Amino acid sequence: MKHVLKMTNISRRQALGLLGVAGAAALVGMPAHADGAGVAAKLKSLTGGKPIGAGDITLDLPEIAENGNAVKVAFSIDSPMSADNYVKAVHVMADGNPTPEVATFNFTPAMGACSASTRMRLAKTQNIIVLAEMSDGSFKQAQQTVKVTIGGCGG
Amino acid sequence: MRLVLTLTIAVGLLASPALAKTPYHDGTAEVIKPTDKRHPLSEIVSGYDFRKAMIRDVQDDDFANPAMLVVDYGEEQWNKVEGTAGKSIAQVFEGCAEVPLNTVGAVYPRYHKAGGKVMTLEQVINLCRETVMGAKPYKWESREMLGVTAFIKLQSRGSRMTVAVDGPAAKTFERGKELYYTRFGQLDMSCAHCHEDNYGNYIRADMLSQGQINGFPLYRLKWNGVGSVHRRFRGCLENIRASKPAYGDPDLVALELYTAWRGNGLKVETPAYRN
Amino acid sequence: MATIKPRVKVPKKAAVDEIIEIKALISHPMHTGRAKDKKGNKIPRKIINRFIASFDGQEVFVANFEPAISANPFIAFPFKATKSGEFKFTWVEDGGAEYTAANKMTVA
Repeated sequence: MKHVLKMTNISRRQALGLLGVAGAAALVGMPAHADGAGVAAKLKSLTGGKPIGAGDITLDLPEIAENGNAVKVAFSIDSPMSADNYVKAVHVMADGNPTPEVATFNFTPAMGACSASTRMRLAKTQNIIVLAEMSDGSFKQAQQTVKVTIGGCGG
Repeated sequence: MRLVLTLTIAVGLLASPALAKTPYHDGTAEVIKPTDKRHPLSEIVSGYDFRKAMIRDVQDDDFANPAMLVVDYGEEQWNKVEGTAGKSIAQVFEGCAEVPLNTVGAVYPRYHKAGGKVMTLEQVINLCRETVMGAKPYKWESREMLGVTAFIKLQSRGSRMTVAVDGPAAKTFERGKELYYTRFGQLDMSCAHCHEDNYGNYIRADMLSQGQINGFPLYRLKWNGVGSVHRRFRGCLENIRASKPAYGDPDLVALELYTAWRGNGLKVETPAYRN
Repeated sequence: MATIKPRVKVPKKAAVDEIIEIKALISHPMHTGRAKDKKGNKIPRKIINRFIASFDGQEVFVANFEPAISANPFIAFPFKATKSGEFKFTWVEDGGAEYTAANKMTVA
């Protein structure tokens, strides 16, 4: 290509090293400085301080997300979804994002089942917390760590 | 000390020869054996098979793949009457393309008789718009162009790529091959350094693919949108700190022809979903 | 930003009491308000902040989206088919603009 600038003739090893330096912080598994406090405060305001139980929530999240731009987040909750026993709302939070809230899903018995799937942005490796609010006023939660890697290159 | 260690590991990872030549996941990838004796690789694998399930699953579902939104828009443009001849692209394109519509995605870029040179699908669309429809050409990376090219290539989805590189296309093919192996830019690298010598290895935390283009135009998470082959080429050149030719530049066309040939045998996956 | 047109998958036919899956996808950049443009100016927040699914005029599912939801938001959710009718899907954007889609379903 006639307009290519051939500048300093650095060796390929040096060039790959240049790429490596920038990538040092992007390797998988770097411990994230999670904002547990933000999520804890959010959970408290949603539950009014009530105890949060466990069980019945299945999370479908990747162990390692190749890209933080669109990470699959899906869940299903075992519930009869009858008029007197159903999941009212599900809150999804990410403790390492600039703000923890990701989405809230509001269910009705008409749906017949409680599940949802979407895609979220994750700034870095962090914990995803899912809080379910039941029709009887009780709460349940589940959580999982998602490792996020930063892409290589390629324009 | 830690920086030096990390650097050493990073360089080590990148420099290790053919460490993981097999595609990333569980061995279910489709591996094509090249039939052309000139082909430098012993196996041809789509970029699809270098990505994890989270990304592959989106491509597999036309209602989850955001690239389909651009295809839908392209279909609207395809059927839109525009220009002085009062026709839509749909009504005239097969004649312009010189090949049946449902093969376009598998055979382009190709030597175009009316154009007298190797042309990409974008160029033929604009040739059609200007000379047959009497309509304004699309900008290369516009939503209209991306939508129409994606919609057309979708009609060939599942067919095997078979771009022709002999006869009148031979000169362009040779130029494309030359470019693929030429070092460019401040980082002094060629396409081959990553996509031939190091596919299956990692660059930062990304697994390098063979750089095949059987899924273009495609949605890239990096772009949060759909882009063309030339956008991808230009981006790569920018990353290695080389100057970028304009969209549609003869050198990019040559490189596209050559790169498409390297993927002959792969299924057309347009519109693909990638990292 | 070009046309905002959604892509929705609803089965045309379902059996009584069958739990179907609905998928909805819409084109939208989902600007978080944190990113900067090429000149260094912050791109103001503009997202789809709510997705509403109604069946025969009754709201059945509402999702509230935050800026953490990816560009070109996707949502999949279940619905129990009990009678034939029409779905209406609404995407609400910051500022109040609404985008809609409608799908009929026959239940036998």
